[in-house]
Amino acid sequence: MTTMREAFITTVNEELENDPRIAVVTAVISASNFPRDRERVVDVGIREQTMVGVAGGLALAGLRPVVHSYAPFLVERPYEQIKLDIGHQDVGAVFVSIGASYDDPVWGRTHQSPGDVALFDTLPGWTVHVPGHADEVTPLLRQALKDDNRVYVRLSLHENAQAYPVGEGFTALRHGKRGVVLAVGPMLDRVLKAVDAENADLTVLYAATVRPFDSDGLRRAVEETDHADVLVVEPYLEGTSAHLVSEALQQIPHRVRYVGVKRHAELRNYGTAEDHDAAHDLDVVGLGSAVRSFFRG
Amino acid sequence: MTGDEKHEWAAASTIDVLWVLYDRVLNVTPATVDDPDRDRFLLSKGHGPMAYYAVLAEKGFISESTLDDWTSWDSPLGQHPDRVLVNGVEISSGSLGHGLPIAVGTALGQRIAKSTGRTFVLVGDGELDEGSNHEAIAVAARLNVANLTAIVIDNQNSMHGWPGGIASRFAVEGWQTAEIDGRDHEAIFTALTAPHDRPYAVVAKIEKSS
Repeated sequence: MTTMREAFITTVNEELENDPRIAVVTAVISASNFPRDRERVVDVGIREQTMVGVAGGLALAGLRPVVHSYAPFLVERPYEQIKLDIGHQDVGAVFVSIGASYDDPVWGRTHQSPGDVALFDTLPGWTVHVPGHADEVTPLLRQALKDDNRVYVRLSLHENAQAYPVGEGFTALRHGKRGVVLAVGPMLDRVLKAVDAENADLTVLYAATVRPFDSDGLRRAVEETDHADVLVVEPYLEGTSAHLVSEALQQIPHRVRYVGVKRHAELRNYGTAEDHDAAHDLDVVGLGSAVRSFFRG
Repeated sequence: MTGDEKHEWAAASTIDVLWVLYDRVLNVTPATVDDPDRDRFLLSKGHGPMAYYAVLAEKGFISESTLDDWTSWDSPLGQHPDRVLVNGVEISSGSLGHGLPIAVGTALGQRIAKSTGRTFVLVGDGELDEGSNHEAIAVAARLNVANLTAIVIDNQNSMHGWPGGIASRFAVEGWQTAEIDGRDHEAIFTALTAPHDRPYAVVAKIEKSS
């Protein structure tokens, strides 16, 4: 099976051949997967601030930089470079991370980035893709490489069993009357299982793109139910999309609950991603419990 | 004109280098600000851009009247320059340690495009405290970004100083270096037009008045 990361590497390498605007900037991680003899492939060593600065400079010179690293080193460490060297310069770039919130927790807190999407939310003009399957990565990335805007693509080792069409707002995968669940990226399969297990009469929306946020799609789905109750399930910090859900539903009296990586404490535990899912109530059992308690009556 | 002392001095310390650059060195005019083959000048030390704005006005990139109400609500001119607002300004700066890494990127971009354009970036000696510069100094040399010139205005502003001198910090990474009097226009011109086949650092010393 192709992983999201492999799909990313294959797609970027193809576009490197086809499109003279594409450049790749890395800081060692994944660098060996790109052709080093090409001038448009730049590895700066373990220097993330300069990785982003160089990408900004390449964009100023008319190139379309792809910037890639493990999520904390791509987004958190050079955050000010993202704000200033990309955004404030008014240029675009495609940032692609691996590692997600806790793809491989044996590495501990240093390699976990549950706050990445929240950080991008502090900056204007970023499109954020959170694909749930490798086959969603390629079309999202191809479009991003063609455009000139600022794009963040959050890849994960954790995937849904199948890909869904992407690029057109939220996709309704089932329709119910009791309320709406919005499942982001790799959260989808377990949301569907939890909804099944609870025999709940819910609309399930799938989002592989969270910024821009498909407010119209959410509002439409809510209006088609009998109860304006919305459960939002995100694979990063809980409530990251709260401000956008709130804005989308401001004319509709509603209830909403946010599920995601918990904010209240740093878990000093290793183990597996499944262990962490359970600790954050992001496994089928935890999500079933959320569905049962929130959509009661 | 208000602002703390460091900002005012930043303008005073750069005026001679900026003038020689725009008057005699840079291949860029108001007519060629979007030409891919222009030389790019990046003011990394965005503090105290009064000298920069004055030079841009003198050379016709911006109208002189815009200087009168600078930093007001709808003036394009702030205490730190914004490339979106000011014609001829290549980067928005103000936060220290961003210009040199970006300059490595624009110089690489020019090289990729097989352009004759060069990149010049101006940093301050105090600004060199920021670690991002040292990432970029190493990378520029290792990638042999020969169309890049860094001008370091050395007015002994760095809190802890640079034992061995600033030029040696660049030289040890493989840059070509020169040290000049940052007030001497002929010395500035000679240094900034000297041939170099690797990245080039020109340390322009400014005697600080007490």
